Amino acid sequence: MTSTTHVPSPRTAGDTSRPTAARRRRRSKHRAVWEEAPGPVGFTGKVVLLAFIVLAVAFPLYTIMLTSVSTQADVTRSGGLVTVPGELSLAAYEQILSGGIVTRAALVSIGITAVGTLLSTVVSVLAAFGLSRPGSFGHRPLLFVLLITMFFGAGMIPTYLLVSALGLIDSYWALILPTAVSAFNVLILRSFFMGIDPAITDAARIDGAGDWRVLFQIVTPMSKAAIAVVALFYGVGYWNAFFNAMLYINDNAKWPLQLVLRSYVLQGATLPGSGTGQVDVATGAVTGLPVKMAVLVLAVVPILLVYPFVQRHFTKGVIFGAIKG
Amino acid sequence: MTYGSSQDVRGRGDADDPALATVAPAAASAAAGTAAPTLATGGPTAPPRRKVSWRARFARDRSLIIMTMPAVLLLLVFAYVPIAGNVVAWQDYSPFLGIADSQWVGWYNFQRLFVNAAFWHAVGNTLLITAFQLVFFFPIPIAMALLLNSVMTPRVRTTIQSIVYLPHFFSWVIVVTVFQQLFGGAGFVAQRLADLGYDGFDLMTNPDTFLVLITMQSVWKDAGWGMIIFLAALSTIDPALYEASVVDGADRWRRIWHITLPALRPVIILLLILRLGDALTVGFEQLILQRGAVGVDASEVLDTFVYYQGVINGDWSFAAAAGLLKGIVSLVLVVGANKLAHVFGEAGVYKRA
Repeated sequence: MTSTTHVPSPRTAGDTSRPTAARRRRRSKHRAVWEEAPGPVGFTGKVVLLAFIVLAVAFPLYTIMLTSVSTQADVTRSGGLVTVPGELSLAAYEQILSGGIVTRAALVSIGITAVGTLLSTVVSVLAAFGLSRPGSFGHRPLLFVLLITMFFGAGMIPTYLLVSALGLIDSYWALILPTAVSAFNVLILRSFFMGIDPAITDAARIDGAGDWRVLFQIVTPMSKAAIAVVALFYGVGYWNAFFNAMLYINDNAKWPLQLVLRSYVLQGATLPGSGTGQVDVATGAVTGLPVKMAVLVLAVVPILLVYPFVQRHFTKGVIFGAIKG
Repeated sequence: MTYGSSQDVRGRGDADDPALATVAPAAASAAAGTAAPTLATGGPTAPPRRKVSWRARFARDRSLIIMTMPAVLLLLVFAYVPIAGNVVAWQDYSPFLGIADSQWVGWYNFQRLFVNAAFWHAVGNTLLITAFQLVFFFPIPIAMALLLNSVMTPRVRTTIQSIVYLPHFFSWVIVVTVFQQLFGGAGFVAQRLADLGYDGFDLMTNPDTFLVLITMQSVWKDAGWGMIIFLAALSTIDPALYEASVVDGADRWRRIWHITLPALRPVIILLLILRLGDALTVGFEQLILQRGAVGVDASEVLDTFVYYQGVINGDWSFAAAAGLLKGIVSLVLVVGANKLAHVFGEAGVYKRA
């Protein structure tokens, strides 16, 4: 021990192999024995970089949310997005949620997302299980049908012509059916199902359970995490989709939220005076930044609500998950 | 992937599954949250069975086939019928006449494409954006994964992960709107600069910096999420390798160079292949949202070209020809890139069953 300190820290007392008490204190219990602790420069650099990355994501969200609950006066004072909380008010939300085009668009988006996610998830779970037993009859050509769609897309024009030939223009089904099945999501589920120990399902079969029972009473309850992740992927896809709506929905009374966001916030169109007196032109509230940011937050909130429940599966998977190199 | 052997339904005894896209299981186990065995080798192997007639096998697996039917039907209608619908590329399609009655014009639409300056401009833009993002986007998730992997405290690490994954789940409308609020003419940065006496900052409408802008947007949205697959690969590296190298005197950087990066190589190559196969697909939603603000010159890519020629101008057959050409070239690129990976001894995206 090179240290000549008279009062050694209790943790290093008697530990003669450690160079200094300071060095010892910085050593994280998570760090492997062989790995040197970072030097002061490296450590600072790392913290600064990570802080920058986190702030780059968090700061825009913070200032947008803050602006949406600020008053127009605070916005004017700060000359745009508000960074320091002033007087808070929910007026912007009351305005967009009291009927009118934003409210309707939000309901449309919720409906499409709910129906679409349910349909897609059920169809994908069924298909994934149907293709998950090695050597089952016809699974190769059926799998092939699925896989081709990952490598060759038909293209926008023929798809549009089909949807319009089916009479789905201005129908909400046009926002669901063409994107209902994602081969990638089916493969995620399938690989998860195939990872289930066949002894479990075989035991059920010996006890007389058919394939449907095996799926619903054994495989599905065992695969909640995988199904949740796939449902999230589908749900986020439906909630975020705007281009299909742009293609297939001409009637702007049927627009989902993303299209409303695009027109009235991104492109700066003024909300039309439809609905229950939503537009208060006198105060200029509708074109005001708080209202625009409130629409933006409205489009983000469902994702923020669902995300915490599903994201732990990502991080858990990343830490413990295996990858086939 | 069962390339070319789809007709070969030998089902019965050989339970070996088509070796699937390795990317799917990788992402699956990363996403699905448990250490599920990956499927490249086909999961559990069925015991060898006696020859059973196809009728008996059909009867046995009838439920399984019924289960796949909804998905297969949806795909047949909404993926395969449109593939066949590409015949309009050889027609002078008119919505009033329909496919059946529209006139056939041979290769006329393709000939028009090859002499169309706007088309080649779109191709050039597409490739430029792909190349630029390959250099300035692709390495960022790798670097971030290495950085995050060096964070030792699990709680700090998972918190950072949760935050940086988040923008991946935002729509492009949201992302572009956020950037407009920050970097647009009336945005946050412009206001701060105006306070300092510098007027006229507007990144959103400047064609010269558009390439940088869309790359920044892509990084903000997807770089964090892009880490996920690299973090998964990093977590599988045997710590004994590091320990041994430390004993041999390797410092931090040599460990990264000789252990970490080689361990990431298959994943990097896999993602490069996927990116190459997608070379002609560059952020369609992202670009169509900003085409109006920044102008056609900087933002027109193949997909937006198809949209404007077809849906807006009503030149359906011409647009379909452009789209079909893009689809075929993309397919060739994926297959070619995969071959290339095999030549270099890497697994690639799919292998022959």
